[in-house]
Amino acid sequence: MKEYDLVIIGGGPAGLAAAVAARKAGVESILILERDNELGGILNQCIHSGFGLHTFQEELTGPEYAGRFIDQVKQLQIPYKLKTMVLDLAPDKTVTAMNAEDGLFQIHPKAVILAMGCRERPRGALNIPGFRPAGIYTAGTAQRLVNMEGYLPGRNVVILGSGDIGLIMARRMTLEGAKVHVVAELMPYSGGLKRNIVQCLDDFGIPLKLSHTVVDIQGKERVEGVTLARVENGKPVPGTEEHYPCDTLLLSCGLIPENELSRSAGVTINPVTNGPAVNESLETSIPGVFAAGNVLHVHDLVDYVSEEAAAAGVHAARYISQGQSPAGKEIPIRCEGGVRYTVPVSIRPQELETDAVVPLRFRVGNVYQNKRIVVYAGETQIFQRKARVLAPGEMETVNLKASVLQEHGDAPEILVKLEDA
Amino acid sequence: MYDVIIIGAGVSGCAIARELSRKKGKILVVERAEDVCCGTSKANSAIVHAGYDAKHGTLMAKLNVQGSRMMPKLAKELDFHYENNGSLVVMMSEEDRPALMALYENGLKNGVEQLQILERDALRAMEPNISDNAVAALYAPTGAIVCPFGLTFALAENAAKNGVQFQFDSEVTDVQKIDGGWKVVTAKGTLETKAVVNAAGVYADKIHNMVSSETMTITPRRGDYFLLDRATQGFVKNTIFQLPGKYGKGVLVAPTVHGNTIVGPTAIDIEDKDGTATTQAGLDDVRSKSGIAVKNLPLRQTITSFAGLRAHEARHEFFIGEIAPGFVDCAAIESPGLSSAPAIGVMVADIVNGILHLEDNPNFDGTRKGILDPKTLSPEDHAALIRENPAYGNVICRCETITEGEIVDAIHRTPGARSLDGVKRRTRAGMGRCQGGFCSPRVMEILSRELGIPMDQVTKSGGNSKLIVGTNKDSL
Amino acid sequence: MKKVNLICIGCPLGCPLTVEMEGDQVLSVTGNTCKNGDKYARKEMTNPTRVITSTVRVTGGKLAMVSVKTASDVPKGKIFDCVKALKSVDIPAPVHMGQVIVADIAGTGVPVIATKNVDAC
Repeated sequence: MKEYDLVIIGGGPAGLAAAVAARKAGVESILILERDNELGGILNQCIHSGFGLHTFQEELTGPEYAGRFIDQVKQLQIPYKLKTMVLDLAPDKTVTAMNAEDGLFQIHPKAVILAMGCRERPRGALNIPGFRPAGIYTAGTAQRLVNMEGYLPGRNVVILGSGDIGLIMARRMTLEGAKVHVVAELMPYSGGLKRNIVQCLDDFGIPLKLSHTVVDIQGKERVEGVTLARVENGKPVPGTEEHYPCDTLLLSCGLIPENELSRSAGVTINPVTNGPAVNESLETSIPGVFAAGNVLHVHDLVDYVSEEAAAAGVHAARYISQGQSPAGKEIPIRCEGGVRYTVPVSIRPQELETDAVVPLRFRVGNVYQNKRIVVYAGETQIFQRKARVLAPGEMETVNLKASVLQEHGDAPEILVKLEDA
Repeated sequence: MYDVIIIGAGVSGCAIARELSRKKGKILVVERAEDVCCGTSKANSAIVHAGYDAKHGTLMAKLNVQGSRMMPKLAKELDFHYENNGSLVVMMSEEDRPALMALYENGLKNGVEQLQILERDALRAMEPNISDNAVAALYAPTGAIVCPFGLTFALAENAAKNGVQFQFDSEVTDVQKIDGGWKVVTAKGTLETKAVVNAAGVYADKIHNMVSSETMTITPRRGDYFLLDRATQGFVKNTIFQLPGKYGKGVLVAPTVHGNTIVGPTAIDIEDKDGTATTQAGLDDVRSKSGIAVKNLPLRQTITSFAGLRAHEARHEFFIGEIAPGFVDCAAIESPGLSSAPAIGVMVADIVNGILHLEDNPNFDGTRKGILDPKTLSPEDHAALIRENPAYGNVICRCETITEGEIVDAIHRTPGARSLDGVKRRTRAGMGRCQGGFCSPRVMEILSRELGIPMDQVTKSGGNSKLIVGTNKDSL
Repeated sequence: MKKVNLICIGCPLGCPLTVEMEGDQVLSVTGNTCKNGDKYARKEMTNPTRVITSTVRVTGGKLAMVSVKTASDVPKGKIFDCVKALKSVDIPAPVHMGQVIVADIAGTGVPVIATKNVDAC
């Protein structure tokens, strides 16, 4: 097998953007490994519009957004292998992969970008009691069946979880002729974007029941109904059960970054995001292994995935040209007061170009109103911004100036928190 | 006319079929479900009990110890996953010591080898995640774990190889005495046979009561389980039981042969013989008991929960014997039924042979190769396999790394997979952490292609368990 | 005068808008972060429209379906007429992104275009 300087695991939006940026930053020898039979990843089945407003200032569908990056990859003649499964990533960055054409093969790249994306949390992980008949799908599986294969997985649908995929699928199923009876959400707020509640549920009169969950599934062979109940303090309230006859239950209950390869390589995982802990260069605990996109942390918008992945591509290019990671002082980033996590988890200010900007991305743990996002370097406040509404479904970004970080290069830590406005 | 009809294609029925296939005869297994291993055999603890638990002097005790001894050799002959991991019955309070010693004594009487009592330090050294409150344990080095699907499919395939026929979707609705044998009425027609074996699991009472005035009642005893991600591999090495005592009965925590961790079961008597629905109360019960004998159990890594039914009868004893001329019961096979299956097969086959006096089958071949798992090959052989058959290079199930080659193999076996669950139980495609989220549509396509059926006829588990109900806009 | 609360669907921000109406006339829009919010609110109150995305069957292609969208927004009340009109459409491969699938969908004057390439097999 031919050797490559940079192997990108995953040909979805993150992998594509990383490849394009790395090539533009001078890496000649790049290989993208994609397990599906086309590039574009999950965007291929996200046929709704709403992608690219940030990147291209126009509203594109998923396949169109992916298409823009696929075109660039093809123009830049970046090689890729489809239907190729990476079986192992070793701590020394040896990539073991397999496909029908090349068989089992190994590559020993100088750098690796992890761009494997995420998977949906299945019914089993949600511990929903009841039978286990046909007709229970994750929203993404149903999305694939409907949007790519043209098959209807059901006609009478209940959706658990109001994440964006669940909301989008409520509309998709409706427009393909199914009846969506209700969307239930365990939390007192939706995990999806507000505009999706409007145009996917309200437009079609589909009720959203907050603080509700599925407490029973009926039907031995095919789903015959589900029982919803109101939830208080995380527990279903007896006496609030409502029965919904249906033949299908779709689940949109969270996404889990796919880090089995990262773990086998020994990459340190952030237990909050379930993604690798990375520094400002999006470099994991293994020098030369970078991560971007939903494998790193679950994003709300693909535009930010592309942006983040492009940065990973540039950093990987620098690593390849320098042959090593810079060894500057690393300042850990801590979060508190409603901020659940940050990406990155540390910054090396001295390694930054003076005019650079470090995007600090994070999510909050609850719905907050009238807060300030505040960042401290040691005791000194280095950033603050008013935030009228903050919700767990939406990722926040704070751009820290390298020049400011370098002024506080001796700070013992950087602290990100919410304060009252 | 058949020589023998075996009712039920669970592990007992398949073990009996395989033993009987050593003889020349026309043998048929009839099964109400669409596949082998669809009842009690598919949803249990996957344990080969050493045999100290069943009361000395019972048939259960005898067959358990025999079955446990037969299992390692059988696993080699029939190529299924079996691991002699050992088991521990953990005592949580010093005042329960008499019960622990009684179990030890019972085990010795049953003939279980190498039993020993481990005290706190030795226990901790063996199992770092054992509870800090554990006092001592009964250690049975002969305790083991097995893939219950793998065992049942292996027995069925080997029986088929030696001439046994299988007929699925054939619920038995009546059994009547006729001259020289029995008439067996099934959902797919009426059959005649010289002898009948009733291995119908939780339905064995219904079959029994069709021919006997001494009625039997089998109570489905439901057990709820959690299955944890393979990332928990090594959490415990042995199968950890909690000694029933001061802190209740507890649940077991065990590794599976595929590296998952299994936690459960509950024991809830129900009426519905298909009542495999888990309940919130049942799952909560397992959760609350799971942390007694072990500490830091990562229940957060649950990938699925499920329930299985044991065929419980009030006497809590296997009921095996000829109850009418040519009608043999193999009923009330509850735990340790899986462990006992190889011995049950021999015992029932002997009874049937005592009735029919069948000749030896000179062509009997007692070996079977399982579905080739490319992951077990050397890199060179693996590469060669893909060159020869590129389907082995095409990964369908990402979580368990199962290729198209394995799935096609599973479909074309006899008896072969005809549904998503049939593929899952044979190959593990869909058995991983995403629970089929990615691979289900692709396995459905392969089933559709290989079986020559349209996509909307592909089922999860036979019957009406259709996965697709129509096409886009067909109702608009 | 009446007040109507809307959520802007123009972008992921989802601004909460307040529209003051006098009969059919929009008097004012507040709560928007950008001019698109004002535009959306006025349209939503007088002539609500949506871009529709859907799928169309492909014959002889590497994929069974091709994703499509209305090239611009169509009246909200026409959504189901539009998808029904796509039911019988069967497009031969290859299909190119941007290719017109239906020139005028359900009498709206808006074309439906492919949003993906599907190669012939």
